[in-house]
Amino acid sequence: MKQYEVTFIVDPVLSGDEIKATANMYEDLLKNEGCTIVHKDEMGLKQLAYPLNKRNSGVYYCIEFKSEEGKIIPKLELSLYRDERILRFLSLRLDKHGIKYNEDKRNGLIGKVKKKEKPKRTSSISDDLTKIEGITSKVAGALANAGVNSFSKLGAADAKSITEVLEKADPDLALLDPSNWIVAAKQMSEKVTFNDVKPSVKESVKKEEE
Amino acid sequence: MASRDDIKFLSNPNIGQQRQKYCRFKKFGIKHIDYKDPDFLLQFINEQGKILPRRITGNSLKYQKKVAVAVKRARHLAMLPYVADLLK
Repeated sequence: MKQYEVTFIVDPVLSGDEIKATANMYEDLLKNEGCTIVHKDEMGLKQLAYPLNKRNSGVYYCIEFKSEEGKIIPKLELSLYRDERILRFLSLRLDKHGIKYNEDKRNGLIGKVKKKEKPKRTSSISDDLTKIEGITSKVAGALANAGVNSFSKLGAADAKSITEVLEKADPDLALLDPSNWIVAAKQMSEKVTFNDVKPSVKESVKKEEE
Repeated sequence: MASRDDIKFLSNPNIGQQRQKYCRFKKFGIKHIDYKDPDFLLQFINEQGKILPRRITGNSLKYQKKVAVAVKRARHLAMLPYVADLLK
């Protein structure tokens, strides 16, 4: 079983029903030839980067299918070539990475990665929570959004509520274990008061060195 | 006072250094480059729509080849222009 993918652009001048009928026609063609349709993606009306057949936009369709042998491909391409309603097409075989990528994309894993990169920080962070081992900037951002923005607040919270907060922000973060952070945060909240005293100590030490 | 041993460089040696380039596909474990995602591919072409060389993007040879194929497929499907001006 090999997996293929055919992307084609349908003429946007046709009515909505005709466009759908065109896409369904190729889907049926594949089914009749013994292929199993994995997924049919309607990418919708898009602006073309350059005019095709004097059209400036087109309706994109992408059909992913499995076929025992590639004998269907020449037949499919021939019918796509002859079809006046099709502006452009591209058919190709997917490798294992491509199959996995498309599966992830359907499950919404691909788009999310982009969001993950930029966690929104609505509220300011008074303490740098990332100093605690295991807390990344992402986690700190999620906690800050929930109002947990200092060591003392994190120290006072319980593990369950923090897991819930993380799960809301990002399901992946919920796998982390917050119980260690709380212990660390308690220690840090005590340390912070110590740090405030420290500068004067440091100065006196420097003076001694000189 | 700073002793003589503390002064090693007259100027900060980190200034003017180029940032280390890296292959983003290797670093983030991206195995497949989607030709249907023109916004992503836009990172690998210049304002005229030409594919940027490896020495600028930092891609490894393996993924530069895949990027080139993906850009060419996107061009065929009119998702990216063959020739352009002021693309970005």
